[in-house]
Amino acid sequence: MTKWLVSLPPTLFLVVFFLAPALLMVGASFQQPGDFGGLVPALQNGQLTLSLETYQFFFGDWIYAEIFGRSFLVAVTTTLISLLMAYPLALLIARSDRRHRDLLVLLVILPLASNFLIRIYAWIILLGPANLLYTPFAVIAGMVYVHLPFMVLPLYNNLEQHDPALLEAAQDLGAGTWTRFWRITLPLSLPGIWAGSALVFIPVLGMFAIPELLGGTRDLLVGNLIKEQFLDNRDWPLGSTLSLLLTAAVLALAGLSAWAGRPRRGSA
Amino acid sequence: MALLEIRNVSRRFGELQAVDDVSLSIEAGEFFTLVGPSGCGKTTLLRLIAGFDQPDTGELLLDAQRLAGIPPEKRPVHTVFQSYALFPHMTVAQNVAFPLQMAGKSQNEISSRLKEALELVHLANKARQFPRELSGGQRQRVALARALINKPRLLLLDEPLAALDAKLREQITGELIALQREVGITFVFVTHSQQEALAVSHRIAVMNNGRIEQVGAPEQIYGYPRNRFVADFIGTINLLPVEVRAAGQDGLRLFAAGLGEIIGTPVVGPSTGEHGAFAVRPEQLRIVTAGDLTELDNHFHGRVRDHLYLGDVTVYKIALENGVVLEAMLTNAVPGRARFLERGAPVAVGWQRDAGVYLRD
Repeated sequence: MTKWLVSLPPTLFLVVFFLAPALLMVGASFQQPGDFGGLVPALQNGQLTLSLETYQFFFGDWIYAEIFGRSFLVAVTTTLISLLMAYPLALLIARSDRRHRDLLVLLVILPLASNFLIRIYAWIILLGPANLLYTPFAVIAGMVYVHLPFMVLPLYNNLEQHDPALLEAAQDLGAGTWTRFWRITLPLSLPGIWAGSALVFIPVLGMFAIPELLGGTRDLLVGNLIKEQFLDNRDWPLGSTLSLLLTAAVLALAGLSAWAGRPRRGSA
Repeated sequence: MALLEIRNVSRRFGELQAVDDVSLSIEAGEFFTLVGPSGCGKTTLLRLIAGFDQPDTGELLLDAQRLAGIPPEKRPVHTVFQSYALFPHMTVAQNVAFPLQMAGKSQNEISSRLKEALELVHLANKARQFPRELSGGQRQRVALARALINKPRLLLLDEPLAALDAKLREQITGELIALQREVGITFVFVTHSQQEALAVSHRIAVMNNGRIEQVGAPEQIYGYPRNRFVADFIGTINLLPVEVRAAGQDGLRLFAAGLGEIIGTPVVGPSTGEHGAFAVRPEQLRIVTAGDLTELDNHFHGRVRDHLYLGDVTVYKIALENGVVLEAMLTNAVPGRARFLERGAPVAVGWQRDAGVYLRD
């Protein structure tokens, strides 16, 4: 009984502010855009106004696939670079003196304490004189910079829990430094790698502020595209469709990676 | 030349002298045990042998070769860790084959030796399971197989039985002895349990405060403890406070206040007038309810103060005339009978001169 009572508020919150809007969005994707934004009611003058127009629009033009593809490429690149940068850092913190770890973790999340836009404008100031502003490099740099802590934290959290006796055992049984990393530390940190990658990949995929400020107008990403439908083109149905398809793609990827990483009975 | 030679090794951690000028020789094929209370330095000594730590002074030699500067992965020494430290992401087979892969053995050799090793510890049918799917005793055997498979010169065992329940511990103790005999590899076993040490070892080193108090065969350590610490740590022993009256070739004459003379076997060292204790094990005492036991070198009168039934034996606490309480032990040879002496019964207690030892203060 208590279990139900305690879980009621968060459940209610999620239903009202996540599940309901998501379902509304499914509906919106079939509706018609209003002249000044918003939506034409599904039933108007006794006439059903729903259609598959936005979906036909999406699948009828290669440009959308290209934008999705580019966004995935940016997200994958950002995730990989973040991983390569975060792993040594997380390992260093996890292996440092217990007394210093909290301080080091604090330093990792400290940038999050200052305003997001100010940090991006700082990059504009840095990249401008170097003639790197409004390039793919600028977008990736900004993305990595902003999302790095979200890769470091789950990795650190995983690595910190490794039993040091395992590395001693591996060493005792003949494994050198690199072998210990490849055979013990890395495989055991896979859950941390997956968690960190999801926490970076998914927000990067939907991010519109960084590409807009650092990437200029040449290479549109999904995040910008969706934002434009809602704020500039006043085409809520298309915006909803794009959002839904993006979510579907992410879920499909998550399902695929869960399937690929499923626990298997090893062979001898 | 001994297989492992430990020469004047010391190791200090800040204020703590963990290992204090330890010298030991361990022979090839030996089952050697380091026993002592927690914090006595036995695990530190083990880590020095494995190479996880370096001595401040002194040196270690394996097969007459200095170990200094050789990292753990290059030493022909493998360890069974207290927590077993099995790799959770690898199957039993992958765990056990790990040292062979590290040694760069061929796939053929690995599979045949893996089969052999798993059969040795009766785990052939668990090869494809993960450590989390095994019981404590099975995990322990995987750790043993993994540490033995590449035939190390020396196998170190760090309290490998501590995590098991009593019944299983007893069973695996037996298996360990058989295993060591079968593979012929030198075992260095660390434990805080004196029963385990007595049961498995060819020789035992008793450690305390970083020093070695005594080295010897189990029956030597148990029968002739060299000082009060060893006497007290290994088994149960009665300590009678005494003063040395005469220490000659013909025997050791001791005097216990309020009791009288005690005769012991001659030992080198004690001088007339010094104080110490006469130490005698509970099972060495003879007790009778009638008569005087005058046929024994030492005999006194007392009363049964208490008894403790342990199933196979009953321990009796007997207060002597001077107030000292001795523990004596009698086998319960009659089924269904818990004791042969009742509380308050007058008894005679006695022992021969060689039943115990004199220990200096």
